[in-house]
Amino acid sequence: MKNILPKLLVVALMGLGPQAWADYHDHDDDGQHRSAHAPMLPAYQQECGSCHMAFPAGMLPAASWARLMSGLSKHFGTDAEVDAANAKPISRWLQANAASRSDRHERAVAAPPEDRITRTAWFQHKHDEIPDGFWKRASIKSPSNCASCHSGAPEGDFDEHRVRIPR
Amino acid sequence: MENPCRRRIAIPVLMGLFMLSLSLLSGEVLAQAAERGRVFFNSKHGDIWSCATCHGDSPMGPGKHASTGKSIEPLAPAFNPKRFTDSAKSEKWFRRNCKDVLNRECSAAEKADVLAYLQSLKP
Repeated sequence: MKNILPKLLVVALMGLGPQAWADYHDHDDDGQHRSAHAPMLPAYQQECGSCHMAFPAGMLPAASWARLMSGLSKHFGTDAEVDAANAKPISRWLQANAASRSDRHERAVAAPPEDRITRTAWFQHKHDEIPDGFWKRASIKSPSNCASCHSGAPEGDFDEHRVRIPR
Repeated sequence: MENPCRRRIAIPVLMGLFMLSLSLLSGEVLAQAAERGRVFFNSKHGDIWSCATCHGDSPMGPGKHASTGKSIEPLAPAFNPKRFTDSAKSEKWFRRNCKDVLNRECSAAEKADVLAYLQSLKP
């Protein structure tokens, strides 16, 4: 009995280890980005999810969203103007669900250059193993084309175990 | 015509001929509009994008956004019955995309030509 206790202790600690590892690597909730849990506003999906995926609101801070919503006629090279009736509720929803200090992904809080999600410290940290030039692959085309590798992205699933990189 | 019997025959025959020529003419008009629309759809209008750049040289199949790579559902109504059933949505996308391609809004005639072209595409 005396000899088993230390071994039991070791086994118990081994059980805790993977949990700590998962926490550190953000895997404890199947890799779902916390902000992806916020149910998507239907108007946002409709108005902002046609040319690119409707990005989860928590991927940018409120200041970035405010700037983006006020400059939609010149939205990264295209006209993405939304009528006032839709723009107000969308802006409100984005402000309410934007990345904040209480969010685990604090690196999303600082406004990125050009207000681009793909230039947030968080995004770059998550993709730091991707070689340069990779994004130009015809099947991927752009770092903003999440679904090309993350097929569950429209549903908020970015789990790295379910990544499939196309040729 | 003094003879009422001849009148009863002549008028319907004339009406029939008139309707037939109208339908033939409108078919011809539609075909011309569709051809103008096809040319318009594929033109870059002096800039870098045409409608076809994103919606495909053959808008019967899916397109692909030129910048983001995101897949776009087919534009031709015969291949995607939802298209052009919501006029507010159609107007919104004409407004946005004409500004992208032509740097101005499309005129009503241009939109009509494009619609005629897209509606002419059958399986």
